[in-house]
Amino acid sequence: MIELVNLEKIYPLGGKSVVALSGIDLTISDGDIFGIIGLSGAGKSTLVRCINFLERPTRGKVIVDGTDLSAITPKQLREVRRNIGMIFQNFNLLEQRTVEKNVRFPLELAKTDKKTADARVDELLEIVGLSDKKKAYPSQLSGGQKQRVAIARALATNPKYLLCDEATSALDPNTTASILSLLKKINSELGITIVVITHEMKVIESVCKKVAVIDSSRIAEVGEVSEVFSNPKSEIAKELVIPDLIRSIKNQNGYKFRLVFNGESSNTPAISALALEKGIAVNIVYADTKMIDGKIYGHLVFTLVGGREEFEQTKIFLEKKGIKYFAEEDQ
Amino acid sequence: MSADLAKLIESGSLFMGIWDTVWMTLLSSLIGYVVGLPLGVLLYSTDKSGLKPIPWLNKILGFIVNIFRSMPFIILMVAMLPVARFIVGTGIGNKAMVVMLVIASAPYISRMVESSLKEIDGGVIEAARSMGASDLEIIVKVLLPEAKPSLVIGAVISTVTVLGYAAMAATIGGTGLGQIAIVYGHNRHNEDIIWICVLLTLIIVQVIQEAGMTYAKKTDKRIAQRK
Repeated sequence: MIELVNLEKIYPLGGKSVVALSGIDLTISDGDIFGIIGLSGAGKSTLVRCINFLERPTRGKVIVDGTDLSAITPKQLREVRRNIGMIFQNFNLLEQRTVEKNVRFPLELAKTDKKTADARVDELLEIVGLSDKKKAYPSQLSGGQKQRVAIARALATNPKYLLCDEATSALDPNTTASILSLLKKINSELGITIVVITHEMKVIESVCKKVAVIDSSRIAEVGEVSEVFSNPKSEIAKELVIPDLIRSIKNQNGYKFRLVFNGESSNTPAISALALEKGIAVNIVYADTKMIDGKIYGHLVFTLVGGREEFEQTKIFLEKKGIKYFAEEDQ
Repeated sequence: MSADLAKLIESGSLFMGIWDTVWMTLLSSLIGYVVGLPLGVLLYSTDKSGLKPIPWLNKILGFIVNIFRSMPFIILMVAMLPVARFIVGTGIGNKAMVVMLVIASAPYISRMVESSLKEIDGGVIEAARSMGASDLEIIVKVLLPEAKPSLVIGAVISTVTVLGYAAMAATIGGTGLGQIAIVYGHNRHNEDIIWICVLLTLIIVQVIQEAGMTYAKKTDKRIAQRK
């Protein structure tokens, strides 16, 4: 378990000081895939670096499995770090080493004997699906392959935790999906607790169980992903969950609905049912839904063709169907 | 061809001169690296963005390095005579010259090393740290191997600079191509000897440059290798 207690990080900048983190309290349970989302500059990268003490917090505590990181020697800290793997946006591979030797690097640091290390490297490359690239250099790999090497490397010392700092931000959508499914596999098969830092809600939606939303150095909201996703409470969460596009949509008669599919709603064709059963026509102005494990996630926004009467009827209809919605009457 | 040149070639003095220049240059560069490489690592590490910032030490080291680097070599030679006498027991000749060359090249080399290390992406260092690497492990296992191509190029540039300095050996009674050019060429008005010495020096520079660059390129895995 990772506990962050009243964490604060202040950087001196010239004569002034910049607050990067303030009053952060967070508990990450074993086995979780925990997401931390925020806009750039919100402090999420500093936060993840505090977990393995790459950044020393100015105040507050980081407790990993009961060990307070601020109370141990540098040597002990290096031992703790071997239990916390980390991957990065820019992969940070050793460019002058082959794939094999990159993965072996943490084992060298841990003074693992050659035979054990050889076997471990093969095993890890098998897990990330890069056994055939053993002798290749990073410059010969694609971005997705580089991140796979980085993941194999981060897992070399059998860590209990894996920190991912914007690990998919430099990758295209397809590669992102394959890296995310690899992370899921690592979590479920190896039981590794994963902390995912990102600015993309999609990443959180597709892998995380819990999420913390961070805004201007503070945690704005923490909760189950499905809950935060369907009913964001803080301003920043709303901004991240609901694309700007939706927020700016206006219509003449002023009735707008946002339907939220968080995997709970039944798989019924709600919109066509509305038209057929109630005779209410709608304009679909935005739709972003997808199927994950047979359940529907996403948003759908429509405006009404009609007036007050239709507005009320639609609300009743959606409630009956058990669809989560947010209705708005623009002035 | 002047009679003096013919005599120089016949007696083997010209070849001795080439050899003296080459060994003085290589030995001095080598010892220069023995001193300059750790010094460069120290300059890099103690910098405020380095592995272990120690600002006061960095300032002092930087200042000393700059003093030696800003001194013209000819003045440095005269000033360092007592040092040469202390280390090799004499202030004249090739042995003393090697001491001078090391004193002049080590600070230069340290700056070359420092700048090569600065090219390494901070993210790689951060990654190593996240894997539990100590500062020393980061230097030995990450910084130096990752900077190797750049370090090799730096070594080529440093060695060529030392070669240029080595030509001044004659000033303190040393030998080599510089001495031949001055004593047999300039002083006795044999222009052909001067030009032969220039040409030979040029060839040595070319050999060092080509060999070094080829090696640097071959060893650099950042460029996708074609087979």
